[in-house]
Amino acid sequence: MAQTVELISTQGADTAGQPLEASPLAIRGLTVTYGEKPAVFSVDMTVEPGKMTAIIGPNGAGKSTLLKAALGIVPPVSGRGQVFGRPLEAMRSRIAYVPQRASIDWDFPTRVIDVVMMGLYRELGLLGRIRGHHRTVARDCLDRVGMGDFADRQIGQLSGGQQQRVFLARALAQDADLYLLDEPFAGVDAATEKAIITVLKSLREAGKSVVVVHHDLATVSDYFDNVFLINTRKVAEGPVAEAFTPETLQAAYGGRLATAQIDQLSGLQV
Amino acid sequence: MAAGWRPRRSTSFRVCRSELVLLDALLLQLGYNATLVSIGAALLGGAAGISGTFLFLRKRALVSDAVSHATLPGVGIAFLVMVFLGGDGRNLAGLLIGSALSAGVGLLCMNWLTRNTRLAEDAAIGAVLSVFFGFGIVLLTVIQTLGVGRQAGLEGFLLGSTAGMLLSDALIIAGGSAMALLVILLMRRPMMLVAFDPEYAAARGLPVHRIDMLMMGLVMAVTVVGLKIVGLILIVALLIIPAVTARFWTERSDRVVVIAGVSGAASAYVGAAISASAPNLPTGPIIVLVSFVLFVLSLLFAPNRGVLAAVLRHQRFQRRVHLRQGLLALAQRQPIYEPLTLRLLRRAGLVRADGVATEKGRARAAKALRDEKRWELVRSDLAHEAAAALYDGLREIETVLTPDQISEIDRCIGGPQEVSA
Amino acid sequence: MSGAEFVPLSLTPLLIGIFAAVACALPGNFLLLRRQALIGDAISHVVLPGIVVAFLLTGAIAAGPMLLGAAGAAVTAVILIEAVRRLGRIEPGAAMGVIFTTMFAGCVLLLEQTDTSTVHLDVEHALYGNLESLIWLDATGWSSLWDLEALRYLPPELPRMALTLLGVAAFIALFWRALKISTFDEGFARTLGIRTDLLGLALVIMAAIAAVAAFDAVGSIIVIAMFICPPAAARMMTDRLETQIGWSVVFATLSAVLGYVLAGYGPLWLGAADAVSAAGMIATVSGVILAMAARFGPCRRRAGAPAGV
Repeated sequence: MAQTVELISTQGADTAGQPLEASPLAIRGLTVTYGEKPAVFSVDMTVEPGKMTAIIGPNGAGKSTLLKAALGIVPPVSGRGQVFGRPLEAMRSRIAYVPQRASIDWDFPTRVIDVVMMGLYRELGLLGRIRGHHRTVARDCLDRVGMGDFADRQIGQLSGGQQQRVFLARALAQDADLYLLDEPFAGVDAATEKAIITVLKSLREAGKSVVVVHHDLATVSDYFDNVFLINTRKVAEGPVAEAFTPETLQAAYGGRLATAQIDQLSGLQV
Repeated sequence: MAAGWRPRRSTSFRVCRSELVLLDALLLQLGYNATLVSIGAALLGGAAGISGTFLFLRKRALVSDAVSHATLPGVGIAFLVMVFLGGDGRNLAGLLIGSALSAGVGLLCMNWLTRNTRLAEDAAIGAVLSVFFGFGIVLLTVIQTLGVGRQAGLEGFLLGSTAGMLLSDALIIAGGSAMALLVILLMRRPMMLVAFDPEYAAARGLPVHRIDMLMMGLVMAVTVVGLKIVGLILIVALLIIPAVTARFWTERSDRVVVIAGVSGAASAYVGAAISASAPNLPTGPIIVLVSFVLFVLSLLFAPNRGVLAAVLRHQRFQRRVHLRQGLLALAQRQPIYEPLTLRLLRRAGLVRADGVATEKGRARAAKALRDEKRWELVRSDLAHEAAAALYDGLREIETVLTPDQISEIDRCIGGPQEVSA
Repeated sequence: MSGAEFVPLSLTPLLIGIFAAVACALPGNFLLLRRQALIGDAISHVVLPGIVVAFLLTGAIAAGPMLLGAAGAAVTAVILIEAVRRLGRIEPGAAMGVIFTTMFAGCVLLLEQTDTSTVHLDVEHALYGNLESLIWLDATGWSSLWDLEALRYLPPELPRMALTLLGVAAFIALFWRALKISTFDEGFARTLGIRTDLLGLALVIMAAIAAVAAFDAVGSIIVIAMFICPPAAARMMTDRLETQIGWSVVFATLSAVLGYVLAGYGPLWLGAADAVSAAGMIATVSGVILAMAARFGPCRRRAGAPAGV
């Protein structure tokens, strides 16, 4: 009969026999469709805690959809997911999500600092008063992404890269254990990219888990520990050395990458 | 202050046997007046249905509402001007000209607000609608203070008149609608292109902004023409409901326009007939209610976009997805988590009650697994890129490749694997 | 003008007008930002059918059943619009247009069918209200504010409107943070666990309550002006949501006061005898304020790209 998802840990027990941390994100048999077209079909995924994982695949492969379904933003046709071994709703306080920038009304009357403080909503609740330390936390998060000087600007006045950093600061303010980012590096300038990856690496150092939908194959082995290749179906999953190979890339991208490109990309590791 | 308004009773027809009368009305047998009303209404319904469709496709359906409310100040000013000049304030032509002018000003204001400020389109529509209407109400009360009785008939613009109609009114309506239809016929290609894909139209060099104004101008013309018979609030219904109804029946915008016109004309014709066949049935509301019935029928029963069709389709699709996933899980010895999947597998005779695969189930599972392997190969091979693009998890590979191609793939992946119990 | 004239004749209509305007402007701010400004249009048009049905069911023109009928119609319309929008996958404006025009048509038909010669239902009143008539004849001057006997004859619309305003303000204050976040970034709000669907529905229902309460004083159609014009004008004065709310209250109050004064005394100043519709004038003044803000407001230009562009 139907069983609950096993708690999966890929690290094994530690030497002192301490209880294992469940996977930050475990998905089984996920199928998500837009109308009748499956974007994601029967996908299983297990995120390793404390690592940076890249979700990669060709355009339209279902990368963003996978993330959104895991967060309950789009409904799946079948399948289920668990966050730290529990259902999503119970664990919302431990996840932070940085979406793609497209769907915001940039003309909305709010300042940068207000956006970051939205990340403190769980702490503040509906009616909690904003105290000094909340403001300090928000400012710190802004400083970490290099946007400290922009706190009072209206968000529409920022460039694309700056807006992206503000949304990352908002996620930082949530002080989560699992960070999900959807194409954070798309269309940003080099300075922003550097700022973002620095913050993400510092999150990993602090023991957080980071999952990123990533579009740039050339930087996968520099930035990430693990990859998850998807092209509607799961193609491969695991450490970069094992899962980011010519074979897996060929299987995921099919004819869309020339063989020379694939060799070059996977040759960048090591 | 405001005098009480009493609905005017329809005095034209007092017949007892309503079904026979209805039939006569539909067949234009009820006399000259009734025939004129029916034909005029049909023309108006057709013109309204078509003009409204363009706005609907441009996602500006409620501009019709703003245009109709913006006619009120014009009506008031025209009345005052005509009275001031010594004439009868209720001259229809004058009132209609006034309404057209103020509706035009309203359109310009809406445009200006959307282009020059940070306000969104719906805010501009609502602002013009309410402010112009408010100002129109002020003028109406001014007229009322000029003397009772003079404003009688102006309220007719708000809620429409009942079945009684003068010959001149019917002629104006028929003539105005026919002219609108003519303009639509002439300009249908550019308007269709702009409604469907304005960016492409702009790239083709079409003056998108002017064509938008033309669309709105047509709506304004239809509104002005229909004001007297249907009233300003219900003319909006004729501009919106047929367009929405038509949308359910086709994905092609040119067909939407035609179906909307037919639906509008039919609703108006039938509505006018029903209204003529019995007393106390004012034309405007009956027409609107008939078109609403058509809308509900389309919403529920249209073959592709209708609710019934969508529900059936979704259920069928969900079953296919779950079955496929279930078979793959069986083949790969993975546990099945979803109760729905197990239920479907059991019902199809592919697993036994305890969750173990049957003979048939194992065969199907093996086939499913084999197909997955075949697809994997196809999707990683540049030579099969076209076929690979058709993959959606459910598609049978036999529908995409020839038997020769499939046997070639089979040679690469080896023989079929049996699925053990 | 002395207290003896002002308090009985002008105080209560002014206050009712101000309360109605502000009660509509407050939720209007959020409706505007969510591109749901026209829900006020839909609600205003279905209020008349609501009171007609209530009148037919109860046979009396009492405030209670009429208000219940209006509220029922508003909620029914909102539900039907949402149903049509989702089931038919139709854009919101068209869905609203289908539902409210049909309900209005049904109402006109009902009016025609029933025998209204015995009791006359003042349709005009429902459309544009009768603010000027909400006077407090039992007052004699400013001292009446402390006179319990005179207060008993206060027009009931006044406490009703004051209560509504309090309720609407309380709702917005209570859910301020959730409203702001879910209006700005709905996906993010959902990942925080905010029930954005329920919140959106609650906002629309509060707007409907404000509209229904206000319609008795200023009529249904004018309510749209109050939902849109003061918030829209406020939007062009500032880039901060808190300040926008403040400006919208100022503009709503200004529209109500100026509109009422111009309607009541304008004609007298121009030499005519009778007043003109206060509600219409209030809407017109709010439009003028909006026009000036659109022309001269410091933040009238778009700062960034709007959603979807």
